[in-house]
Amino acid sequence: MTGLVRRYGDFTAVDGFDLTLATGECVAMLGPNGAGKTTTVEILEGYRHRDAGAVTVLGEDPAHAHRAWRQRIGIVLQSADDLIEATVREAIEHFARYYSQPRGVDDVAALVGLEDKIDQRIGHLSGGQRRRLDVALGVVGQPELLFLDEPTTGFDPEARRVFWQLIERLKGEGVTILLTTHYLEEADALADRVVVINRGKKVADTTPADLGSRNAGRIVVRWHENDAVREEVTATPVAYVAALGARFGGEVPGLEVLRPTLEEAYLALVEEST
Amino acid sequence: MTNLAALYWHRMRFEIRLLLRDRSTVMFSMLLPVFLLAIFGSVFNNQKLSYGVSFAQYFVAGMLASSLLYSSFQLLAIDIPAERINGTLKRLVGSPMPRSVYFVGKFGASLFIYFFQAVVLLSLGHFAYHVHLPSTSGRWVEFAWISVLGLVTSSLLGIAFSSLAKDGKSASAMAAPLVLFFQFTSGVYFIYANLPAWMQHVSTLFPLKWMAQAMRGVFLPRAYAHAEVAHSFEFGRAALVLGLWTVIAALLCRFTFRWMGRDED
Repeated sequence: MTGLVRRYGDFTAVDGFDLTLATGECVAMLGPNGAGKTTTVEILEGYRHRDAGAVTVLGEDPAHAHRAWRQRIGIVLQSADDLIEATVREAIEHFARYYSQPRGVDDVAALVGLEDKIDQRIGHLSGGQRRRLDVALGVVGQPELLFLDEPTTGFDPEARRVFWQLIERLKGEGVTILLTTHYLEEADALADRVVVINRGKKVADTTPADLGSRNAGRIVVRWHENDAVREEVTATPVAYVAALGARFGGEVPGLEVLRPTLEEAYLALVEEST
Repeated sequence: MTNLAALYWHRMRFEIRLLLRDRSTVMFSMLLPVFLLAIFGSVFNNQKLSYGVSFAQYFVAGMLASSLLYSSFQLLAIDIPAERINGTLKRLVGSPMPRSVYFVGKFGASLFIYFFQAVVLLSLGHFAYHVHLPSTSGRWVEFAWISVLGLVTSSLLGIAFSSLAKDGKSASAMAAPLVLFFQFTSGVYFIYANLPAWMQHVSTLFPLKWMAQAMRGVFLPRAYAHAEVAHSFEFGRAALVLGLWTVIAALLCRFTFRWMGRDED
């Protein structure tokens, strides 16, 4: 995908975005709300049209995609509250019909951890279980490429970790995954590569580790002096602390040396690009 | 082709099964015509129309025509916008399902509800209000083609209508009064021949008048044709008008149907 552009009236939601996914890769698209994540993903899924740019997904342009192409992709939408009257088994069975080589119903249920809920009405599932059902319906056709749009938004930390294990399992099966999220730890836990998007533009495309070390030169040294907290940002903390020690003639009160966290690196990136 | 037919069958069964689990659908959609018959039949049971036709007999014909609208037009006009909001349509479009499967599934659900309503209406009418059922197979054949044609027309109109509404709530606020309006002006609740001329003229342009009149042709004695405005049940003209509306509705569906919300393309 190169030079992707999508406008809504005067608002440019996606502004010259490039992205390439390798087979078997798990890429997280990270960005604040309204950054253009969903628009981008829905163009790739063939839901939305684009105003400019070239897009190829599994060898085809999603704007002209047909059923054979849809056999090969799986989509987990950002929100869905359909199928509430169906049971888990009925829903999986139903969607399996539309694929030429579906997984077995029990296999899918076990894969997403709903084997105990298989005869329960979908309307009675918890939020996390409902989301796992959405994944089940996304993978029932054995897709080569899976889109997950903010799959864990609104989850408690426990449910999020359970969900991550499910994604790890799918990665283990060799499914290529494009995930959008605004949780940094989620990208860190799951993705081989992180693409940060803000205001429709790509502001970083790197590994989670790299993203974390991006601000390696911005280490904060903090200490107390004259009843106030003082702070200095430096690339050479050891030298700075040594100089500070020399000035105080011994221990420095309240001394802290803080490396930037992944989150701070990300927030700095978003801020810079805003 | 056999594969597609299997998908049609599968989707119809899925739609019907889920529909029956929704209690509000069962109560309000499926049984509404039956409640109406019970009320009108009880109140006006002793009223005799021309040619010895009872009010219940006249009303059952009108109610069957109304059922055609309830089970397809009203159901689809309300259901489809709701499914556009709750993600049903988006999920289906994202799957390899052939798009026709969705519409055939909806038609199957309409057919099922109509069949159910017709059986209950006719049973209740027959046993509680002495409504005569057609005694010749020819009449039943007429009943069958009017039902199927009426159902096709109203389903397509319902699908076309579904693109107007934002969501299920506004759809039902729009569709339900419309059905009620046409019931009053098309000879369901009142004797059509007794309506003011302007009302007759308006309803002549729309399907319900023709469906109700053709149903009367099936369920009322042939002699009653003389009491109709045109002195005939006009089966041929009914087929023509319904056919015309089918074409118009199909074209509207073709060019206006939206799988996703207006802000989602």
